[in-house]
Amino acid sequence: MDKGFLPRQQFPELYQALRKAGYEVIGPTVKDGAIVFSPLAGFEQLPLGWQEQVSPGRYQLEQTAGQRCFYWNTGPQALKPWLFKPEQHLWQAEQTTEGLCFRQTPEQAQPRAFIGLRGCDLAALKIHDQHFLNGLFPDPYYQTQRQQLFIIAVNCARSASTCFCVSTGDGPAATFGFDILLDELETGFLVASGSDQGEVIVQQLPLAKAKTKQLSEAKQQLQAATYQQRTMPDEQQLLKLVNRLDHPQWQDVAERCLACGNCTLVCPTCFCSKQESHSDVKGQQAEQVRLWDSCFSEQHSYIVGKVFRPEISQRYRQWLTHKLATWQQQFERSGCVGCGRCISWCPVGIDLVEEAQALLKDEVDDD
Amino acid sequence: MMTEFLPKGLQLPIVATLADKQQESPGIYTLHLALETNSSFDFAFGQFNMLYLFGLGEVPISIMGWQQDLLLHTIRAVGRVTQPLVALDIGAQLGLRGPFGQGWPLHQLEGQDLVFITAGLGCAPVVAAINYAVENRSKYGRIVILQGVKHHNDLLWQPQYERWRDLGDCQVLLAASEEKKRKYHWRLGMVTELLALAQFDANYCAVLMCGPEIMMLAALKQLAKHQVHDKSVYLSLERNFQCGHGSCGHCQLGPYFVCKDGPVFHYPQIKSWFGLAGV
Ligand SMILES: Cc1cc2nc3c(=O)[nH]c(=O)nc-3n(C[C@H](O)[C@H](O)[C@H](O)COP(=O)(O)OP(=O)(O)OC[C@H]3O[C@@H](n4cnc5c(N)ncnc54)[C@H](O)[C@@H]3O)c2cc1C
Ligand code: SF4
Ligand code: SF4
Ligand code: SF4
Ligand code: FES
Repeated sequence: MDKGFLPRQQFPELYQALRKAGYEVIGPTVKDGAIVFSPLAGFEQLPLGWQEQVSPGRYQLEQTAGQRCFYWNTGPQALKPWLFKPEQHLWQAEQTTEGLCFRQTPEQAQPRAFIGLRGCDLAALKIHDQHFLNGLFPDPYYQTQRQQLFIIAVNCARSASTCFCVSTGDGPAATFGFDILLDELETGFLVASGSDQGEVIVQQLPLAKAKTKQLSEAKQQLQAATYQQRTMPDEQQLLKLVNRLDHPQWQDVAERCLACGNCTLVCPTCFCSKQESHSDVKGQQAEQVRLWDSCFSEQHSYIVGKVFRPEISQRYRQWLTHKLATWQQQFERSGCVGCGRCISWCPVGIDLVEEAQALLKDEVDDD
Repeated sequence: MMTEFLPKGLQLPIVATLADKQQESPGIYTLHLALETNSSFDFAFGQFNMLYLFGLGEVPISIMGWQQDLLLHTIRAVGRVTQPLVALDIGAQLGLRGPFGQGWPLHQLEGQDLVFITAGLGCAPVVAAINYAVENRSKYGRIVILQGVKHHNDLLWQPQYERWRDLGDCQVLLAASEEKKRKYHWRLGMVTELLALAQFDANYCAVLMCGPEIMMLAALKQLAKHQVHDKSVYLSLERNFQCGHGSCGHCQLGPYFVCKDGPVFHYPQIKSWFGLAGV
């Protein structure tokens, strides 16, 4: 991959090129005290100089004097709500004079370019592709959004204190699944294309040849981002969680956990949903709607006469054993990409890495 | 073919019209459905459909059978969707997605004795398999049917059990757990106690089970005492279903999606997960 250099003053030309190619540009911007992916009216809406301070149960943005747009790591959400929507209208039913009819409104597929996705986001996207596209019944709603996606990834130049993508193998570099890859330096961006459609856009940019000094600066900051405070046990260790279903730690965490489900909502790989049927007052039109759900809700495991996971300890256990262990049997890798979102967005600061380590402690010692 | 039947990746229900309805016992009805489709409806016994009632939602229901171009579903009215579903009038319409999941491997089991163990009111997936075995009587060894209910009049398909009893080489054992007085052909107690009376070749049999998990766990213990190998046992499980095809995550049991990898499982496959509290 050859890297060109785009000076910071000329960065908006990337925006122009994307717009000209017909893409709606979605990117990070500061909203309600968090970095949120929204449609951008221009690159001036990027979080210039913003940086997050995170710790278990805490996420705070700080404005710095810096000029960088991507000097933060994660917001509460990235791609997930755009492809697997929190509320998806599946199909309509109508009582007509000819009888019952079922209809599906075709999804509007607008070409969208996402800027600012990280290695962990792309790893999560790959997992969702596997779930929603490669199953027995590909999900047409996800597919429609997925097909028109243009991805501009950014290599992380720092790590937040909650990041642990090095131990899951998903960051801090973005290594696949992008159309364009950026490294942000003080004075501008290193730009590389990762696909034919990426190349078309890159060709339109006033790129200079990247200098050796710039390349090594990018390498250094990427290297700096690999120093992380947390280490998730490796996948072989995590598989042993299923031998620990009786561990007292589940009760310990249940005493802190509120079963609010925040961790599953911010997790870029969680895919649970429930369905609701909505009908109009006259009883002629009804609609089947799919909504995000979480294994932390009691209803999740309800059948007539029984709830399979009535205790919070059992629901926390479902979350952790699914995400880290049984997920491996389902998808051939752990469901955790090391983004740390569930740690900072847990209202009581429960840290899944710590929990996993505590649960596996004797196992690790045994080896 | 299922692929012709359901547009690929597009899980729009097809329209089914209620052609006939039969009451089996208080609150339990068999719906006979005419499907609005040109292609044949291929399914395996033990598979299920998601039935949609206008404005109320979907529920998973096992396929009971196929008779005179009509699809049969036996449904127990218990809640929000099933109560109005069984109350539908002839001619009413509903939606249907399916068939989904894995059924009983009836072809693989040819030549062996078949032991059916069920408890509870509506064990449609097993009854469908019994009907198949009876209709293809020469392909199987002995047939043993063990069914437990609370009261003898809870038994579904009463005439059928009588018919099965009269077949050659077919043993029908019934138990009522909350009955006070013993009735002809009936035993007092749990279905698992019937195993002591069952006659089959423990080394060359297949056990097909469906019912509450507590019953199935008790039955597994009894089967082990009778020297039946785990690998001879198949069971049908229930979990909350929302999508029916491995997407919504609700039906998980350890690494399995019950809707897609089941609902019929080979026991050794799920042994380490089955019956654990809170899993
Ligand atoms: C594989 C399978 C096969 C089944 N076959 C039959 C059958 O042949 N005949 C029959 O009478 N019943 C069968 N059931 C049970 C039937 O699905 C429930 O009785 C029904 O979902 C209850 O819905 P409700 O709206 O009336 O009840 P409510 O209590 O009002 O339930 C509300 C919702 O919870 C969910 N839910 C509740 N119970 C279950 C359940 N047991 N399984 C899955 N989701 C549930 C559904 O989404 C349901 O719409 C089967 C269940 C499964 C999983
Ligand atoms: S489990 Fe937590 S750290 Fe792992 S991918 Fe999900 S939100 Fe990120
Ligand atoms: S962790 Fe829970 S919410 Fe997330 S995918 Fe698994 S079961 Fe669903
Ligand atoms: S771990 Fe935290 S975020 Fe997850 S359900 Fe419990 S309290 Fe909520
Ligand atoms: S019912 Fe949705 S995954 Fe099984």
